Amino acid sequence: MSAKVNTALPLEYQTLQNQMNILGFWIFLGAEIVLFATLFGVYGVLGTRFADGPILKDLIVMQDVFIQTVLLLVSSFTCGIAIYEMRRNNVKGLMTWLIITLGLGAGFLFMEIREFLHYIHAGATIQTSAAFSSFFALLGTHGLHVTLGICWAVAIMVQIKKRGLTSDTARKVFIIGLYWHFLDVVWIFIYTFVYLKGAVA
Amino acid sequence: MKHQTAGFPKSQIFGLILSLVMTFGAGFIALKTSLSFGVIMAIIGTLALIQAGLQLFMFMHVSEGEDGKTNIINMLYSLFCAIVIVFGTIWVMTLGTHTH
Amino acid sequence: MSNIQWNHILVINDPLLLGAFISMVLSAIGAVALVTYLKRWGWLWREWITTVDHKKIGIMYILTAVLMFFRGGIDGLLMKVQTSRPEMEFLNAQHYNEIFTTHGVIMILFVAMPFLIGIMNVIVPLQIGARDVAFPQLNALSFWLFLSGAVLFNISFVVGGSPDAGWTSYFPLAGKEFSPGIGNNYYAVALQIAGIGTLMSGINFIVTVLKMRTKGMTLMRMPMFTWTSFVTSIIIVAAFPIFTVALALMTLDRLYGTHFFTLSGGGMDMLWANLFWLWGHPEVYIVALPAFGIFSEVISTFSRKTLYGYKTMVYSIVTIAGLSMVVWVHHFYTMGSGPAINSFFSITTMLIAVPTGVKIFNWLFTMRKGRIQFTTAMLWALAFVPNFVIGGVTGVMLAMAAADYQYHNTLFLVAHFHYVLIPGVVFAVFAGLYYWWPKMFGHMLNEKLGKWHFWLFVIGFNVTFMPMFFLGLKGAVRRAYTFSMESGFASLFLVSAIGSIILAAGFAVFCYNIYWSARYADRNISHDPWDARTLEWATTNPVQYYNFATLPEVKKLDAFWEMKKNQDSLALHAKELEEIHMPSNSGLPFFMFVVFTIAGFLLVFEWHLAAAIAAIGIVAGLLIRSFDYDQGYHVHVKEVVETERAWRKVEGEVNTHVS
Repeated sequence: MSAKVNTALPLEYQTLQNQMNILGFWIFLGAEIVLFATLFGVYGVLGTRFADGPILKDLIVMQDVFIQTVLLLVSSFTCGIAIYEMRRNNVKGLMTWLIITLGLGAGFLFMEIREFLHYIHAGATIQTSAAFSSFFALLGTHGLHVTLGICWAVAIMVQIKKRGLTSDTARKVFIIGLYWHFLDVVWIFIYTFVYLKGAVA
Repeated sequence: MKHQTAGFPKSQIFGLILSLVMTFGAGFIALKTSLSFGVIMAIIGTLALIQAGLQLFMFMHVSEGEDGKTNIINMLYSLFCAIVIVFGTIWVMTLGTHTH
Repeated sequence: MSNIQWNHILVINDPLLLGAFISMVLSAIGAVALVTYLKRWGWLWREWITTVDHKKIGIMYILTAVLMFFRGGIDGLLMKVQTSRPEMEFLNAQHYNEIFTTHGVIMILFVAMPFLIGIMNVIVPLQIGARDVAFPQLNALSFWLFLSGAVLFNISFVVGGSPDAGWTSYFPLAGKEFSPGIGNNYYAVALQIAGIGTLMSGINFIVTVLKMRTKGMTLMRMPMFTWTSFVTSIIIVAAFPIFTVALALMTLDRLYGTHFFTLSGGGMDMLWANLFWLWGHPEVYIVALPAFGIFSEVISTFSRKTLYGYKTMVYSIVTIAGLSMVVWVHHFYTMGSGPAINSFFSITTMLIAVPTGVKIFNWLFTMRKGRIQFTTAMLWALAFVPNFVIGGVTGVMLAMAAADYQYHNTLFLVAHFHYVLIPGVVFAVFAGLYYWWPKMFGHMLNEKLGKWHFWLFVIGFNVTFMPMFFLGLKGAVRRAYTFSMESGFASLFLVSAIGSIILAAGFAVFCYNIYWSARYADRNISHDPWDARTLEWATTNPVQYYNFATLPEVKKLDAFWEMKKNQDSLALHAKELEEIHMPSNSGLPFFMFVVFTIAGFLLVFEWHLAAAIAAIGIVAGLLIRSFDYDQGYHVHVKEVVETERAWRKVEGEVNTHVS
């Protein structure tokens, strides 16, 4: 509750309320780890149970997977640069890098939706088999998070436009940054344990 | 935690290069080598974990600020839960039933 | 897609249900009429619905829990009537299924949880010397989402039909193939919404405890109830996301034809059981740990001693939290995972008895040579020890995988978990309510009525559940709606039914006590009526909205006791007072309650488009919140001085009664 401001710290850490928001978000990320772990566990059990339906290995286009991975990896990097610019108090740089980040995120989403449509046309939908139910549940949840992240980031950019860089807006940018990096972490595991594993198996 | 007011975002660029190397390295090991499935999974699984750590430290600055220690404990505990959930579920639901 | 007929929506073709429906409608009309007559709508909106005050939110949780206890208790009584004699035809099999399902869900998720989260809300910020929780508005949202889940779950039995696959809702029974009706959709959706609220509470309390402790309140000086609440919050964050996923997959299976838990398409029905108990077992500790914390406070206060073995108590709580994540398979040994898996989980399960045993001895040693005062709160704590030991020891019996094949699915198990949860949670809640009632309402509960409540409830509890151990060993299965004369179960079942009436009488006395005390109890009580030891008693009864005029400083464990011992006066020094920053009220959590309830209801009925449109309201609420820059307000020093004078003048003997 304290409104005490410690200007020795970066903007987003200057008030106790801000520190609590950031810590709370880290704990929320802990919950997100558990949520995705559960989906990975389900995929680990069901991921090979294709019933009589198509097999994932026959459908994967590895090249597209690499493109998706690079898009998300680079967007995580550009998001890091955005935060870096924010700490240099460079609003213009912050906004530019955020826009680039969201553009890469949108590109990732486009590729993912295209991939899903490709699977659906090949007869592998969420209703086809346990394997594809768990595949779409895991990747769909991740994709939904990315979508939500883009909308949320846009809302925050509007707020920066309106209010400039204050300790409140800086905190919000920092938190969405954490969220965005986290989604990249989840993708690394999807890349490894869904795609690479699926291609090897 | 210090103000980064000038200079070059070294840790971010270093992180990006490392993660790209590991991503393609994992892809290469999985797709272009003839190692056994178990060995491949062990290697690329380790690479994924290292990459996650990389994101946490180089991009997310997990240990910065006065709650840095809390964040690390939080992430380690979440990792413990994740391992229990993933491997526990797979162990209980698939491997155990083979033994009888 | 939707195959739900309008004429199936209201299921009141049965006299019991019709009666319940009419009484629900009448009491709703009565409540609305009463508020209108008293012209209290504005007050209700300003003081309660939009409040972000942790104490009021806590009281709303507790009130909801009392109402839900009534509902869940009625369910229990109906079951007891049905099984009181062999071949009774009071309820049919379908009704019985619905009632044991709602009894279980309501008692765990809508009674035990809100009672404990409610008490946590009221007490934890006070015990650590804070003015509110870390995120007051999120806290209000937690409550309203919990209430949304409770409302949805409770309207199920007249609108669309109750869930009927047990509180565990195992597949394949809970799937669309075997339960095509609406009931199980309610289970999936209502628990999902309530669960989101609980998860946010968990995050809120972790941050509150980590960041908002007053000066000198190190972690190892925190009162035991705060410690247990903190660890419970950690388990909530570790376990509830699993339930979120499990329920989401259940929803997908039932509404969108996926194959997670189905028999066809490669699904695995027992995967549901695995996910359910991955959450469900930690859930047991989520409700048990804060209860242990309450007992620790009560026993220490009324034994006039510092808690024995404070540090080992903390370590054992943390150990229990860790072990709680690795025992889940003991709920389904009979799936037949093979010797390695069953042995592993047998051992981890038995290990949990060690830290729990440590705690029991700590409580006993706290009482040893203490000057015990037999208040109602202390009586509950005393009764807890032997009763809970019965629950714990039978738990160790059940932990042995090979033996469990014999006990599984019998009333022995039912008796076991009632002996864990009723002494372990319900006794604790009653102890906590008698103990902290003055903190919340400024008057005590009547001790004489409290003792009637205690004796009726404890005797009734034992008479109800002790026979079930023997019934179970004789082979009586759980969830069976009747039994034959030849089974030889009749006399024990009858004893159990009689016990349940005594139990219910105890609860009725409690409700009467709330009413009696609200009307007649003495308001002129000190801020420290029990001569207690922790910081929540260093401020007035009921607590003023900003909690503390100046934040207290802590030098040792049992901070308030130390203050009294050192004759630290509670006198105010005008110079030390500063403006107090407080958060503003908000109508947004209530708005979220409305849209979540509507969207959830439409989803239950599989009206997907309408549900999606209602969900736009949820997104709107999130956006409104994001664009909200309200900074709260400041309370002037003058107002603080006036408020403080009012209660400090009442009694000058603040420091006098330390013994």
